[in-house]
Amino acid sequence: MRFLTKAIVSIFIVLAFILSYPILTPASKSSLAFAEEVKKDASASSVKEEKAKDKPAYPPAPKLKETDYPKIKGFNGRIVIWLAAQLHLWFAAFVLAVPIFVLIIEGIGMATHDERYDKMAYEFIKISITAYSITAVFGGLLAISLMVFYPDFMKYMTGIFGSSMLAYAFLFFAESASLYIYYYGWNWLNCGFKKWVHLTIGLVLNAVGTTLMFLANAWVTFMMSPGGVDAQGVFQGNSWAAVHNFLWNPINLHRTIANIAYGGSVVGAYAAYRFLSAQTKEEKAHYDWMGYTANFIAIAALLPLPFAGYWLTAEIYAYSQQMGITLMGGVFAWLFIIQAVLIGALFLSANYYLWCGMGRSEGAVRYNKYIKYIAFVIIACFLVWFTPHTLVMTQTELKALGGPYHKYLGPLGIMPAKNTAVNIMILFTFLSFLLYRRANKIATVSWAKYGNIAQIAIFTGAIINIVFLGVYYGYYTNTALKVGSSVPQVASTLFVIILCMIIDVFMFKGAKDVAPLKWGNVPDRSQYALFLLAVSFTWLMGLMGYIRSGIRQHWHVYTIMRDNSPDAYTPTIGYAAQIVSIAVIIFMAIVIFIFWLNQISSKKH
Amino acid sequence: MKTFLKVVAFSVVVILFYAFYASYGIPQIKPEAPPQEEKLDLGSMTMYQFIALGDKIFNGKGTCTLCHNPVGGRAPVLDSVASIALEHMKDARYKGKAKTAEEYIRESMLEPSAFVVAGFGVKGTNDTESPMPNVATGAIGLNEAEIDAVIAYLQKKAGTEVTVKIPVGAPAKEEKAEAATAIAKTPDELVAKLGCGACHKIAGQVGALGPDLTKVGAVRKEDYLRRSVLDPDADIAKQCPTGPCAAGMMPKDYKDKMTAGELEMLVKFMVNSK
Ligand code: HEC
Ligand code: HEC
Ligand code: HEM
Repeated sequence: MRFLTKAIVSIFIVLAFILSYPILTPASKSSLAFAEEVKKDASASSVKEEKAKDKPAYPPAPKLKETDYPKIKGFNGRIVIWLAAQLHLWFAAFVLAVPIFVLIIEGIGMATHDERYDKMAYEFIKISITAYSITAVFGGLLAISLMVFYPDFMKYMTGIFGSSMLAYAFLFFAESASLYIYYYGWNWLNCGFKKWVHLTIGLVLNAVGTTLMFLANAWVTFMMSPGGVDAQGVFQGNSWAAVHNFLWNPINLHRTIANIAYGGSVVGAYAAYRFLSAQTKEEKAHYDWMGYTANFIAIAALLPLPFAGYWLTAEIYAYSQQMGITLMGGVFAWLFIIQAVLIGALFLSANYYLWCGMGRSEGAVRYNKYIKYIAFVIIACFLVWFTPHTLVMTQTELKALGGPYHKYLGPLGIMPAKNTAVNIMILFTFLSFLLYRRANKIATVSWAKYGNIAQIAIFTGAIINIVFLGVYYGYYTNTALKVGSSVPQVASTLFVIILCMIIDVFMFKGAKDVAPLKWGNVPDRSQYALFLLAVSFTWLMGLMGYIRSGIRQHWHVYTIMRDNSPDAYTPTIGYAAQIVSIAVIIFMAIVIFIFWLNQISSKKH
Repeated sequence: MKTFLKVVAFSVVVILFYAFYASYGIPQIKPEAPPQEEKLDLGSMTMYQFIALGDKIFNGKGTCTLCHNPVGGRAPVLDSVASIALEHMKDARYKGKAKTAEEYIRESMLEPSAFVVAGFGVKGTNDTESPMPNVATGAIGLNEAEIDAVIAYLQKKAGTEVTVKIPVGAPAKEEKAEAATAIAKTPDELVAKLGCGACHKIAGQVGALGPDLTKVGAVRKEDYLRRSVLDPDADIAKQCPTGPCAAGMMPKDYKDKMTAGELEMLVKFMVNSK
């Protein structure tokens, strides 16, 4: 049965590529006849002729008319592509992220000789195996629907990226092969030297997976910040320049980190699901531990994410101020309010989960009284972040809103205030984590008292510094300098996290346990926090996908190839949210179905 | 199974909450439609209309106000740029070739880095590089006539003499015609495009200068309706909302503004409005 699905999916994908290749690659170097034709065209203008002599000539980006977009009754092309792309992206993000931390957990298992890690790693990868075929199905669906609804656009893109698309297809096979060997060979390659072979396969799997994603990122970022082409969209022949375009690396980084956090949150939901349906105490304990680990992964990746996000934004501004303002100042400004709500939900549910987890240890009573203050600070920061900033927009939009400022917009809406809030929120989440870590422990080192004092001092100092920087840059400097606060603020936060972690590790080396940790001893509601995390993350990704696409406005390829289809307009946020919600419901339905499949397949007779 | 249902219900509630929040919790602003290239009939334009065109481009298609506005602080306000230009040309940092205010403004739009207003340069370049894009290229892509119109507008705004000439006989580029106002697909779209709703109650619009057209099909024949659009003064309706109808009020140039297909769609739509 399983083999059958896989076979069908593979055939599907191969067919899609084979069918598309001859149609979509008129500009590839191999089709000489076409190059001749273009040369003839080019000889009309003497400048282009020079170029055409030594390089194969590429056509400029086509100028399309409404009638160039095929219509299929009953389908809106944009919505079809939107759903297919989004679902493909979610599953792909999940499927690529899981092997990253599975490899790490497997390594930990090897280093500590603790069988439980190995078992958990195996269970994680098992979930992603089912998701893998679904990723491929949506990938095929996306490719086909792009060719059907946007043939000229795809033709242009293949003209430039033909070679990397082939590489993508090849890598996809390499990915499948290494994933299947990694998974099916788990028990076979499980001791001594064989385990090292297994680990190496895992490494290859990750290398291939990451390359795969970076390639796809190149196509997306090319549409935002085209490279390797001239102002008319004529490809200059340097594929690397097209791949390594301006926004490629910022998106590579942001996506890689976000994917890990996302993958962690989805397997966390899996563990939660199994915890909730567990029958025995052992099962509960196992899935509680698994959920805790998954949540830990999600949070560890979540903490640096805002920084990667700000870098991405800064690069978008650097690439095109116009695009940057469209992103942060135009209609999309309101979207960042929603983003803030979602990220707030992520942070709050992660913290809530940690607090619930205190129930596992008897030593936690010592710290319970601090939790309400932490909760208070996090919510306060969240509210500041949530305050909208200046909403500079075009005249008509201004009129619709009644002015550039939201009516409650106070001085809290400016960027330094938000930076301050985010940094403090991150620090307090880290504090929750530190408290959780020590809940069950009593430090035995002689300098424990000083260690504590040092940590408190570092925290206090950093918070004062962050607030001072925020206030100083936010209210006592002019606009151009306002961003100046972000770097030192981030530096302070990272400094605290690294230094306190180091102190903590040494301070609790060989610490006494208050009592053995009671895994499984958490309330059911904590498991819903894990679900909230996964659902919010999925929704957030969908929303950001809309904005990433939206800031190109009415361009297929920004400034180079105009979108002249009837759907070139930017939809409202509400409309986008509804489409995204439909997609999330489809996604969650499939995911919960996968959870259920895994549950029944692991039932013993 | 119980867990399954509970988890599904929980997820759906969360998703619905987000969907509702995004749809009703924040103001829904309809983003502007993609800019259309307009056919400029420069030959018959007065200077007044030319300046108004510049105003429209400055605030719309040119996206100038995205940066040049009094609240964002991202770019200088341009109210008096035409008079400040002379000072800027004398500045030691000025690298351009402009001799007059007109040339200076044009240069600022085409080679923004020729002079960078202090404090507004790209960060780290010490005001030698401007973040402003060349407005003739890329996403903005104004043509020469449009740039001239913006200059006229800025000169007028600064209260200085408008020195630009309206370009005559500017060859209409083929792509312009190609992108000219899209053909309407529904009667509602067409009515909105032609602005009938300014005077009539029709297709959801509520103008009150001309007769109510929501039931016009019940009293008028198809030919009459077609003639009313093509040649409004051929018959004059009796009763208008504000009193007896007057001849000459309804524009006579609709016949040049729509395709035959659009006309038929419109007439059919009115015939069926009963
Ligand atoms: C992406 C933001 C942005 C957009 C869009 C933009 N500008 Fe600018 N513009 C600037 C900045 C920043 C400066 C100041 C730096 C400089 O002098 O180049 C400037 C300077 C100018 C100047 C020179 C001002 C002076 O005092 O010397 C003129 C004139 C001008 N812009 C006109 C326009 C027009 C007309 C448009 C629309 C067609 C436009 N700009 C669109 C950012 C922008
Ligand atoms: C500037 C205002 C104005 C606009 C814009 C306008 N109309 Fe009229 N229209 C009138 C007036 C006033 C009359 C009555 C006088 C007459 O019959 O000419 C009228 C009459 C008519 C009649 C005849 C009604 C009757 O019962 O005899 C029709 C049909 C009509 N308009 C259709 C249209 C359509 C379709 C449009 C848009 C393409 C349009 N009008 C735009 C002002 C306007
Ligand atoms: C804790 C903070 C953040 C979280 C959890 C987060 C999460 C995410 C996620 C999950 C994605 C989708 C990644 C993918 O498609 O693979 C994404 C994309 C994006 N994010 Fe963030 N982000 C954060 C901060 C920011 C910030 C502060 C900004 C900018 C102001 C930002 C801008 C973007 C943009 C433009 C995209 C679209 C790029 C793409 O699709 O890859 N993010 N974010």
